[in-house]
Amino acid sequence: MFDVTAIRKDFPILSRKVNGRQLVYLDNAATSQKPQQVIDCIVDYYSSYNANIHRGVHALSQEATDVYEASRKKIQTHFGIAKPHEVIFTSGTTHGINIVANGFASILSTGDEIIVSQLEHHSNIVPWQMLCKTTGAILRVIPMNQEGGLDMDAYQELLCSKTKLVFVNHISNTLGTINPIEFMTQKAHQVGAAILIDGAQSCSHIKPDLAVLDCDFYVTSAHKMCGPTGVGMLYGKEAWLEKLPPFQGGGEMIDQVTFEQTTYAGLPHKFEAGTPNVCGGIAFGAAIDYLNAIGFDAIAKHEEALLDYATKKLLAIDGLKIYGTTKEKTSVISFNIEGIHPYDIGTIVDKLGVAVRTGQHCTQPIMDFFNISGTVRASFAFYNTIEEIDIFVAAVERAKMMLS
Amino acid sequence: MTIKAIQEELIEEFAMFDDWMQRYEYMIDLGKSLPLIDKQNKTDDRVIKGCQSKVWLDAELKGDKMVFSADSDAIITKGIIAILIRTFNNQTPSAILNSNTDFIDQIGLKEHLSATRANGLTSMIKKLKLYATAYQAKLNS
Repeated sequence: MFDVTAIRKDFPILSRKVNGRQLVYLDNAATSQKPQQVIDCIVDYYSSYNANIHRGVHALSQEATDVYEASRKKIQTHFGIAKPHEVIFTSGTTHGINIVANGFASILSTGDEIIVSQLEHHSNIVPWQMLCKTTGAILRVIPMNQEGGLDMDAYQELLCSKTKLVFVNHISNTLGTINPIEFMTQKAHQVGAAILIDGAQSCSHIKPDLAVLDCDFYVTSAHKMCGPTGVGMLYGKEAWLEKLPPFQGGGEMIDQVTFEQTTYAGLPHKFEAGTPNVCGGIAFGAAIDYLNAIGFDAIAKHEEALLDYATKKLLAIDGLKIYGTTKEKTSVISFNIEGIHPYDIGTIVDKLGVAVRTGQHCTQPIMDFFNISGTVRASFAFYNTIEEIDIFVAAVERAKMMLS
Repeated sequence: MTIKAIQEELIEEFAMFDDWMQRYEYMIDLGKSLPLIDKQNKTDDRVIKGCQSKVWLDAELKGDKMVFSADSDAIITKGIIAILIRTFNNQTPSAILNSNTDFIDQIGLKEHLSATRANGLTSMIKKLKLYATAYQAKLNS
């Protein structure tokens, strides 16, 4: 039984005040808050079994290694991944993307093509531009439409034998659009291209089954899904991970080292140079346990109710426009009020205790498409309530009154 | 009035309000009295970087006093720049260069601004003082 009041008690930060008012946290697309269970897991690690892993002979090291590797298996199971060594621990989504981009530098040649979407975060555009510069490959962009969805006809026209890699986010951080990644994966494979999906925004709302999806790479960050910052996952199909060269050199990722030659360790260690974020990796597993205990169906149902309610209430405000209106979207609302700067709205609602994001959300191409300088973005999580949306909407109304 | 006296006046005005919502309302009002920059002067060299919102600032010398004009696409930012201009308008470049902006901390403005806006405020002060430096050099030559 989904009980939001009980769930909120797991999140100590939700009971604090900001600017003298009860915090209403609606910036979940930037980062999620952490439940006590995850916080306890972090404290327990440093209090009870902190050690360096994979090479110590002593008991602590063995214990830490076991829990860390058990966490890898949890992630494997959660995402429907075939083998544990197809799960690479990273520092986050951006790191995972860079591992793949770096790997493709040795695969691409002049005239090859990479396809990205117009809905991407800056961190999803820059690595590919850099890659194209060094390899002579060409970057193609899937255009978006007025609703904030991707043009699938244009995508299919872009795909050709020269396409080597398609890169798309599962869910847009700015608009909440859920992209048709099953379809996009099938189509990419039909021309022999690999596909990398950025799941930074999706994994707190949806439980992707990568075995069914059949994508080649999938990346995400723990901190968006109730885990700590500084840790994430890169999933890659075994054959691809074998093929790609390592990203960083260092300890852990080697087999034999002489000054003449080094041979690399097998998967997953080949991509995990240096001492990893042991605590983060373990807490990532605890976060997944926490979310699964609530259940993704229940999470989706609650968030959908929040999204519907907030959308209706906001649209009742005169002059308010929502950006991102596709049918398939998650609990993110990007909006502006005619004649008012989003930054001003964000400032006033913050004074009223409501945390939202303002600006371009690292997606300048989307802002250019709509010809706006930025938006206010409210993003809801399963621990938000209808009452909080009432407070938020009242704050927006008050801001509008002050600012117009 | 000296810069110091105007700053004291502002501190007193802001102290009259009980909470920050009222202070913001007052800041928005002050923004409405901002001497606006001419449209044709809204050029890139007059833009202040470091704000999520855009700010244009211009200055000219009338006699030995400086006269500022500005604009912003965000209304609270307009209020912030209006506060700064009120303290520095019709002052000599040397008075501006010898003044400090401690009054901002005394109003409590900086701690109530987001980090990006606080950066923007610092950039505004820099630009104001840059104009004063340039006109001081002109007066000396």
